[in-house]
Amino acid sequence: MKPFDLQRADGLAHAGQLCADKHTAPIAGGTNFVDLLKLEVETPSTVVNINPLPLGGIEETADGGLSIGALVSNTATAVDMRVRENWPVLARAILAGATQQLRNKATTGGNLCQRTRCYYFTNIDQPCNKREPGSGCGAIKGVARLHAVLGTSDHCIATYPGDMAVVLAALDAQVEIAGPKDSTRTVPVRDFHRLPGDQPWKDNVLEDGEIITAVTLPAPVAGRQVYRKVRERSSYAFALVSVAAVIDMDGDSITRADLAFGGLAHKPWHDPRIADLLVGQSPSEALFDKAADLLLEEAQGYGENDFKIPLARRTLKAVLAEATGVKP
Amino acid sequence: MNAYFKQDEPDTRNLLDTGKQGVIGKALSRPEGLAKVTGTAPYSAEYQIDGCLEGVLVTAPFARGRITAIDKKAALAMDGVIAVIDDPRMTTRPAQGTAAAAPEQGPGEVDYFGQPIALIVAETFEQARHAAKNLPFDYEADEIGSVPLDPESAPRETDDGSSMSKGDLAHAMKTAPHTVDLRYRTHGHVSAAIEPHAAIAQWDGTKLTVHAAQQMPNYNIAELADITGLDEENVRLISRYVGGGFGSKLGVAEETAAAAIAAMQLSRPVRVVMSRQQVMQAIGHRSESRQRVRLAADSGGVLTGFGHEALVANLPGESFAEPVLQSSQFLYGGDNRLLKLEIARIHRSTAASVRAPGEAVGMPVLEAAMDVLAEEIGIDPVELRLKNIPEKDPDTGLPFTEHGLARCLKEGAEAFGWDSGPRQPRLKRDGDWWIGTGVASAARVHNVAEAKARVTLNPDGTASVQTDMTDIGTGTYAILSQIAGEMLGLPPEKVLVQLGDTDFPRGPGSGGSWGAASIGSAVLVACEELRGSLAEKAGVNSDELDIADGMLNGQPVSDLLGGKELSALGHYEPGKIADDYTSSGFGAFFAEVRVNRHTGEVRVSRMLGAFAFGRVLNAKTARSQCIGGLVWSIGTALTEALLFDPNDGHIANADLAEYHVPVHRDIPALDVLMLEKKDAAASAIQAKGIGELGMCGGAGAIANAIYNASGARIFEFPMTPDKVLQAMEDN
Repeated sequence: MKPFDLQRADGLAHAGQLCADKHTAPIAGGTNFVDLLKLEVETPSTVVNINPLPLGGIEETADGGLSIGALVSNTATAVDMRVRENWPVLARAILAGATQQLRNKATTGGNLCQRTRCYYFTNIDQPCNKREPGSGCGAIKGVARLHAVLGTSDHCIATYPGDMAVVLAALDAQVEIAGPKDSTRTVPVRDFHRLPGDQPWKDNVLEDGEIITAVTLPAPVAGRQVYRKVRERSSYAFALVSVAAVIDMDGDSITRADLAFGGLAHKPWHDPRIADLLVGQSPSEALFDKAADLLLEEAQGYGENDFKIPLARRTLKAVLAEATGVKP
Repeated sequence: MNAYFKQDEPDTRNLLDTGKQGVIGKALSRPEGLAKVTGTAPYSAEYQIDGCLEGVLVTAPFARGRITAIDKKAALAMDGVIAVIDDPRMTTRPAQGTAAAAPEQGPGEVDYFGQPIALIVAETFEQARHAAKNLPFDYEADEIGSVPLDPESAPRETDDGSSMSKGDLAHAMKTAPHTVDLRYRTHGHVSAAIEPHAAIAQWDGTKLTVHAAQQMPNYNIAELADITGLDEENVRLISRYVGGGFGSKLGVAEETAAAAIAAMQLSRPVRVVMSRQQVMQAIGHRSESRQRVRLAADSGGVLTGFGHEALVANLPGESFAEPVLQSSQFLYGGDNRLLKLEIARIHRSTAASVRAPGEAVGMPVLEAAMDVLAEEIGIDPVELRLKNIPEKDPDTGLPFTEHGLARCLKEGAEAFGWDSGPRQPRLKRDGDWWIGTGVASAARVHNVAEAKARVTLNPDGTASVQTDMTDIGTGTYAILSQIAGEMLGLPPEKVLVQLGDTDFPRGPGSGGSWGAASIGSAVLVACEELRGSLAEKAGVNSDELDIADGMLNGQPVSDLLGGKELSALGHYEPGKIADDYTSSGFGAFFAEVRVNRHTGEVRVSRMLGAFAFGRVLNAKTARSQCIGGLVWSIGTALTEALLFDPNDGHIANADLAEYHVPVHRDIPALDVLMLEKKDAAASAIQAKGIGELGMCGGAGAIANAIYNASGARIFEFPMTPDKVLQAMEDN
């Protein structure tokens, strides 16, 4: 661990000012960040403790949604009765991730900002364009079991590892961000994380000095909510593939199909064409196959992760069948 | 007093059964359990030693080459750094189990990615770790592509000791009505003990004292002496509590050697603890394997041909080759036999012993192949196994000591509710999950080793046992207090067991499942001597001794002792029994699994192991050993695999987040049947090894259950969802 100064954030503006320096990083739960400090994957000069900021509440919004403060623990979100009644898929996704001890410490904002678990990113003796721009990508010709099949670039094939954000993308939640000079902005979760392109070191759209203050869930919608996470061991493993779905039917017709996918890309994957295809249609295996065709149209494997392509198809079809009541 | 017993014959006296205390075999909790769960049992790194410096190893970022220069000045300019040590005595690999000599030394020559090349010593751990990550050094790395990393294309040697040929297997395969010829692959494993490798070394100018996490101080003291150039009498090794070994702590590893050399150079205590990544990369792992199994059977299902071949890998110069075929030598009959073990020389980290070396991957493969044969013949797989249990060792012709395989298969099947009806896949489904069952045999060769222990009756009538034998979480403290308690007529809590200190008599060490039978026999021998003395003092014959709860024939033992202690050194050695018999623990595994028909995920829903390993010394710790073996079986079957980078051979998933041992949620209720039958030819206490048996074949039962559930016949362990999907018929 490289020695650093530890500062305490004295209000949001102060936190933003401190974090405007690119060698300064905020810390909340630290469940991912502290590991990366020890490994010297992260080597900030200054770390700002933002836990004193008043961002720890869950409040209902005027339009019937829910605002979850950036410092609310994952456990607190998962056990919140409003979440469990109206957005149960969010609680399920959180409980599908990490362990009880980690969820007790991990926060809403930190969870969104967690970094990839790519083996090459976390090993400073290996090349990684995300960690060290220009050093190359060890995974493309190396061990790529965990890695992305959608939206990759020649520079990076890492995945975003989380579960919560996948569901937030399906629910079309919004990220509330505080910026310099008391400015604020709102970014849809679907646009918060980015694809690696030629700047894989940028995980998301946060600029230096910006702090996540909350995540807002839109008003609850009718329909079945499913989060299906596929992994070889049944807990404490990142998704090989995960599917978050909110599906509603009117008689035999699909009226809502909000879907997002984990384990496939550098971001929670949301493809609006899938809802366009499904809504208004009668569910059938053929239709589900078409949805999978759309999802995986441009999928590309890197050897060891080729299996994710058929696995994503099968998992998507199984989730759609479950949510629409079709017997596959 | 000294007592020596060399066992040439089966010992049918069953001396433990003559005890009146009634504690042997009982399900007693381990005496050190409370200290362990309350955090007060000190593990090697936890001793508080004044002025202790902290060392962190620096590792090589390339597969093969040499270090040409280290910028020590730059490191010494960093906060807190006291020394950069690259002494040529430093070791670059762990010593193999029972080596009793230094492993490869000289950190300047690099043979694998992640090899230690230097030690940074600093005032604090954080300072040392930071400097270790930032030490500037120059190196010449051999070009990628010129370094052999892939076992299949690397130069290979035949391990003659593990190979044999008898009759004509090729002919048997040609003429038998039923044959299978199958190729399998297994991946590398690590021990993943919770306690990382750690040592604190102290040097007083003459004598080196080291607290280190080791399994075999009796060999490790010689290794450490050889590494440092000291005489053994000037080395003391202490391993009182060891947080899991599983083979990874058999030999002195790089951290202990480095701590010792640093302490000697700096004349200050030095602690070195490996990071999880270092433990996984620089400590021995189980070799990956490629295996071929050929089985030929007559129309009744009796084997006429048996072939098992394997290719494993290790670094050049390492004597250890994963003994994949160890149980194949004697488990099943078949007159035409061929066993062949080859070893590829590659530059990945050291391959060494991980729990049940050999059987852990050889048995699941053999047992998976037996399932294919049973299907080919159309015979129940339990029946197939029962038909092929040989009368004598089919290789050597030696008789077996107590042989429990048939018993375990039959009683295990009964207890599990094995259905010997039709075995077609996909007969049972619950929603999205196919359900199926599978069976496999268990076998693990039994060894005993020379062992010494001192047993002392104290003037107050209590007793103590002293040996440098270790308890690596297995229950040594418990069982030795029971053996001594039974023989000396004391409740176990009146027997103080002191382990893991080379100032005590040499035990056998914990490894190869031989610890309990060997050291237990030494304690028995010492106690027998003490009983003789007590009988003399009491004026009775030894066989008239009635001794329990500290009373001998109605008189307190403390009175007989007359204020003096009575002490005996017990020395046990296996004699001709080791040459005259083939001895093995046996068992049978039964598993029920659920296979998701969409995703290929596999979850074990039920598992039972029936085991026969001679006498049960402690029903609780023995059962725990078996349960641990079943858990490892599940990991071997479903999740555990080292992922080696194809370009530099480093282990990509070198932490517990990405190397997937099973979690609690993966483990269903596990049943263990211990089918006790005393084995007089196994040891003086009629007990056999048990620490590894529980995983010798279990993964095969799960593989067979996966097929029975889903129709996916898979030829690679672990059977992760991608492989299940690939093998499912409708995919």
